[in-house]
Amino acid sequence: MAVQSAPSDKYTVAVNRGFTKTVAKKLGLPRPAILRRYAADAPLTVGPVLVVSDGASAGDADAIAKALGSWEVDVRRSTEGADDVRWGGVVLVGTAAESPESVSEAVLTLGGTLRRLAGNGRVVVVSRAPTAGDSPAVAATRAGFEGFTRSVGKELRAGATANGVQLTGGAAADSTSALGTLRFFLSAKSAYVDGQVLPVGPADALDDVDWQQPLAGKVAVVTGAARGIGAAIARTLARDGAKVVVVDVPAAGESLAAVANEIKGTAVQLDVTAADAGTKILEATRHLGGLDILVHNAGILRDKLLANMKPAQWDAVIAVNLASQLRINEQLLAAGVEGLRIVSLASTSGIAGNKGQTNYAYSKSGVIGHTAATAPLVAELGGTANAVAPGFIETEMTRSIPFATREVGRRIIPSLQQGGLPIDVAEAIAFLSSPVARGVNGQVLRVCGQSMLGK
Amino acid sequence: MSTTPSPVPSTREAVIIGGNRIPFSRAGKKYVRTSNQDMFTAALEGLVARFGLQGERLGEVAGGAVLKHSKNFNLIRESVLGSSLSPTTPAYDVQQACATGLEAAIAVTNKIKLGQIESAIAGGTDTVSDAPIVVSDRLRAALLDANHAKTTSAKIKALLKVRPKDLAPATPGTGEPRTHLSMGEHQAITTAKWGVSREAQDEIAFNSHQNLARAWESGFFDDLVTPYKGLTRDDNLRPDTSLEKLAKLKPVFGTKLGEPASMTAGNSTPLTDGASAVLFSSREWAEERDLPILAKFVDAETAAVDFVHGHEGLLMAPAAAVPRLLARNGLTLEDIDFFEIHEAFASTVLTTLAAWEDEEYCRTELGLDGALGKIDRSKLNVNGSSLAAGHPFAATGGRIIATAAKLVAAKAAETGRPARALISVCAAGGLGAVAVVESV
Repeated sequence: MAVQSAPSDKYTVAVNRGFTKTVAKKLGLPRPAILRRYAADAPLTVGPVLVVSDGASAGDADAIAKALGSWEVDVRRSTEGADDVRWGGVVLVGTAAESPESVSEAVLTLGGTLRRLAGNGRVVVVSRAPTAGDSPAVAATRAGFEGFTRSVGKELRAGATANGVQLTGGAAADSTSALGTLRFFLSAKSAYVDGQVLPVGPADALDDVDWQQPLAGKVAVVTGAARGIGAAIARTLARDGAKVVVVDVPAAGESLAAVANEIKGTAVQLDVTAADAGTKILEATRHLGGLDILVHNAGILRDKLLANMKPAQWDAVIAVNLASQLRINEQLLAAGVEGLRIVSLASTSGIAGNKGQTNYAYSKSGVIGHTAATAPLVAELGGTANAVAPGFIETEMTRSIPFATREVGRRIIPSLQQGGLPIDVAEAIAFLSSPVARGVNGQVLRVCGQSMLGK
Repeated sequence: MSTTPSPVPSTREAVIIGGNRIPFSRAGKKYVRTSNQDMFTAALEGLVARFGLQGERLGEVAGGAVLKHSKNFNLIRESVLGSSLSPTTPAYDVQQACATGLEAAIAVTNKIKLGQIESAIAGGTDTVSDAPIVVSDRLRAALLDANHAKTTSAKIKALLKVRPKDLAPATPGTGEPRTHLSMGEHQAITTAKWGVSREAQDEIAFNSHQNLARAWESGFFDDLVTPYKGLTRDDNLRPDTSLEKLAKLKPVFGTKLGEPASMTAGNSTPLTDGASAVLFSSREWAEERDLPILAKFVDAETAAVDFVHGHEGLLMAPAAAVPRLLARNGLTLEDIDFFEIHEAFASTVLTTLAAWEDEEYCRTELGLDGALGKIDRSKLNVNGSSLAAGHPFAATGGRIIATAAKLVAAKAAETGRPARALISVCAAGGLGAVAVVESV
């Protein structure tokens, strides 16, 4: 199985190759895995996928297994005679379980496979969200999967991850968005997503899904796209078939034009804090046939302890990271843009807090807040609003962090023992903007390698 | 000399979709060791990105440079090959001194109007910081003789003719080959002839800086300029200059004319590096792609004056071209909303305006019945011009066309009535090119 060699940090490369690998092993140093990233011609998973369930959920498990089979995955329903198999993934289905006791057999079967889970393997738990009308036993059964999933994530090694698809609003286990989310978690596109349980609601069925070009025919706008994560998002949306309009401040125009020309997109030099930014964004997409996807990525840092914070430092961060998104969304909603898929960049700093980043954390927490409030508004016009919260991502910005702090951020805090790459954030955004993710709305998806920080 | 102008033949329209330039930089600053090809490619790339033209085969790209290496014989084609445009886009070089950019636009829009092409880019680039250095004529002759010589002894004989003083390089100047006067000295003669005051010149320069600074602040150039090599704005711009500061500068041209010299470094354009490009097309081509149409390129005229025999000022050809252009299109100065008169020197603008107001001059030199008229100064170079932005010779035309197109589009949107801009560019050799653009 060809593992995609992504540009990992030097330490990660060193402990995975040759003599330095032996040394690191002997010394018991953390040995982060080289994560497998998406490549169009690579198989979905690194090996066969086992689907297990409790008795009551067997029907849902069958439906999921059938879908996996249609994706050309080697699906197994039992571990019998599979002692030599290196599992590419295990899907635990507990959607219809009604008591904690009823899931133990399936959970322990999953446990029995973990020693044979391949590097970059996947565990995905498909469950149903507790709802207000649940009996205490049902609520306990359903809620239990969340803590379980996170704990499995922390036990896995060698780049393997554990995530959960949590069905809401009566969504079927084999509905478009449930399967789309399952596929994302199983795939290499979720390389740096770990320990996440994503609520997925009902969505209209899609006639046929183009998994190679899921965004074909769509028009996307990415703000802050001149470099770093924004440029990666633009490239990824273009790879998935979207026509992309890249936006950044006029001063960043040179690299913005380079990104646009690389992805056959259009460059718009625009400060997102401009009063008419939303209208300008709409105008910029007119010649492409209108706006389908908006990625609010533009963001700035002005780190300072609150005691030393100057008004300009606070205000600039709020204006760019938060107020601009509110104003642009308002203008787009007022214009009645139909089926608009909004994805905003939050941050784990906004969830856990970070010393010296009160302004940034306020803005990113605010993004999470307005995403939840915007979701029902865009849903009326057939759209969605979600947020992605990156953890430690290797960018020009994080390269300037002092060595010790950077190493703590990379090795110690995330389960995957390394920072993520801009492409990891971009993959999550591409997924949330895709037609199959229509049932995911008002959510925050963390791309943090299961960082221990925060909730 | 006057003949009744024949009406403009009816052809289809050539429209202006938009423009792009890199920030202009004073010679020897940001773009040191940046070639014309690098700069023009950058201007093209910004334009391609702005309108999503990657992989497009355009009808053609035309442009040029005034100071050009002989190795850049195919400067524009090489720039196209280095850009994201389709490599099947044809290109050619144009050169008409400072009118190069505008002349390139005239050439491509004529082809669009004739239906020979559907789309085109016209522009120009110039660098003084990367100007070609030429060996002396005597050294060049000796080297060529040696190269042609068949025997070693003949080669040595040819080379022995070289004298130490022949080794000094000849740098290209802006001096006129027939008068050996620099452009500034020529204009100083014209300035003196028309009695243009120092104060009037400084005021033109001051307004240019004020207007350009305001245009930058208001975001006017957000979709006309793409930063390059870390430069985000024209670095010749002095938003804080004042009439007092300008008044303190020492005159640099016309100091030996007997009259008080008035042309300073403040009211003359500095040597500048930069590049610009403008996208033109037929209306159909733009509409098929849903691209914005800013304006149409209505018509253009070029003129030349006999400055060699003391007849006219070196830079006064536009004074002659404009009346002919207006007459052919049935327009008067009152029909123009924006006057974009290239500020080679502040006094060039002033002597041109003075000529149009002078009944005697208009009658005898331009063959008109009387004075062409006086323009409303509030319509003059409203977003600044070359004194503030700088003047990379061949790049100036593209800068002005894009600015003029955006101005008339905004004015028409605001008033609901058509708006027109008159563009005027003077050039070495007694040349001048002028054009009218109009909102759609």
